[in-house]
Amino acid sequence: MIMGTETEYGISVKNARDQDPVAASTLIVNIYKDRGPKGITWDYEQENPLVDARGFISEGESNPPDQENNSLINDILINGGRYYIDHAHPEYCTPECTNARDLVKYEKAGELILDLSRMAAEELLPANQDIIIYKNNSDYKGHSYGSHENYLMNRSIPFQDIVAGLTPFLVTRQIITGSGKVGAENGAEETDYQISQRADFFETEVGLSTMVARPIINTRDEPHADEKLYRRLHVIVGDSNMSEFTIYLKVGITSIVLKLIEMGVVGDAFKLSDPVAAIKTVSRDLSCKNPLDLDDGRRWTPIEVQRAYLELAHKHLPKADFTPVMQDVMDKWEFVLSQLEVNPMLLERHLDWVIKKNLITAYIERRGVSWSHPRVRMMDLQYHDIRPNKGLYVRLLKNGHVERILDQEEIVYAVTHPPVDTRAYFRGVCLQKYPHEIHSASWNSMIFSLDGSSLDKILMDRPHFGTQEIVGNLLRTCTASELVHAIHGSNNNF
Amino acid sequence: MPSEKQQEHKDNLTQDAEEIQPDPEVTEQGEEIKEDLDQLLDEIDEILEEDSEEFVENYIQRGGQ
Repeated sequence: MIMGTETEYGISVKNARDQDPVAASTLIVNIYKDRGPKGITWDYEQENPLVDARGFISEGESNPPDQENNSLINDILINGGRYYIDHAHPEYCTPECTNARDLVKYEKAGELILDLSRMAAEELLPANQDIIIYKNNSDYKGHSYGSHENYLMNRSIPFQDIVAGLTPFLVTRQIITGSGKVGAENGAEETDYQISQRADFFETEVGLSTMVARPIINTRDEPHADEKLYRRLHVIVGDSNMSEFTIYLKVGITSIVLKLIEMGVVGDAFKLSDPVAAIKTVSRDLSCKNPLDLDDGRRWTPIEVQRAYLELAHKHLPKADFTPVMQDVMDKWEFVLSQLEVNPMLLERHLDWVIKKNLITAYIERRGVSWSHPRVRMMDLQYHDIRPNKGLYVRLLKNGHVERILDQEEIVYAVTHPPVDTRAYFRGVCLQKYPHEIHSASWNSMIFSLDGSSLDKILMDRPHFGTQEIVGNLLRTCTASELVHAIHGSNNNF
Repeated sequence: MPSEKQQEHKDNLTQDAEEIQPDPEVTEQGEEIKEDLDQLLDEIDEILEEDSEEFVENYIQRGGQ
């Protein structure tokens, strides 16, 4: 399944008199230089964020920026990803990936890109000012910023099936995917520590909004591909994760559940009686064992709901179709659920919310302070700091105390090399090879300006095309002009 | 990794929690982590932002998606 993630980072400049997150975001995005061209704009013509998957177009305005701002707020990366400013946050989108392992690699490459930008930007600031970037989801004052996942699905699946099949899964997967948070927000019930960064911000079951009254299932219907064949499911309910193991399982198990929904085997078997209340209850249940009310009167723990999805996967997914990554995800899913059943704290090397809780609990015991102590809150925030010397997660990683999925070298490589098995390959290689002939680009378009007077648009409406296998030869041998003519002449619908 | 015993029970939805044992490898790693955490906690005051109260207070973001 083709998938990608989008991460909005928190940003702050230490010792700056005025905090201007837009200026800080603009500084770091613009100072970043990979080997790709600068000044290429984003092709907004391919976008319409107001189309609703329930079959209507929402009212509202979505104004693309003018040319100058477009180039100022957008950077299209040679790894096929996008680096830009969204509202008042720097945002990194991975290129399209075909599997969970690659996706972890490209999301982690994003952290390196942000950190390289930070270092370059600090050179321009007074010596006492530091840029601080957090890969978390909240400022603990009721302002949340997102971590979104995108999964390419078959258009023929009724949206209602996705809502019914996915909601109980998303509400309960927090026990694996949460990043942990000290305290509560957004008027939700007070607590010392909860599993999810984001749970308190979800107020409705289904809807289009991503910024207010956030829905568990988001209905944005913007496939960035052939809309007759595909939908892009936009999952906005997850946390930003630091742990490779956690990201891997999050996108791995979610893509498996979406396959089950595509096969029509989930239905509404696990319908919860109140998903919006349950998402907050699950986030506060550090045992993961308090039963939730199902619509039909059954009462299941979050672990039992997760296990039921895992059993469906074992039962229905043909073993012959399993890739090594899928098999590994299934094994790790089973492993994590069995450990959660015994004691969640056994996963202190694996899951973000447990790694963080373990560290903070040890501090609290040592110092005899409470969960509301400022140092404790600082630890929560600083777990997500991406700086190698300051980030608590990064320190644990460096000392070899958290599970890894990847080698660091693979992540570094992914900063400047696109995945080879999706259209991101075409995008990334074109940006490197034809920097002077590319005018603009988006997820599903690449616009060439060959002679400076007219524009040639190549539509890439099939995310499985544009791979090294399909276009590798063309890209190796063609000039930009030859490439455009070859593709237009071939009637090859990208 | 799941033990063989757990593998056998994979398909059994009504698995009793009592039957599952902590993974011995995980338990061992857990003991190592304790020492490593101690090491990080020894240094933590130098790592954390100096005036935590003020810092946390001043960390304000605009809402995003």
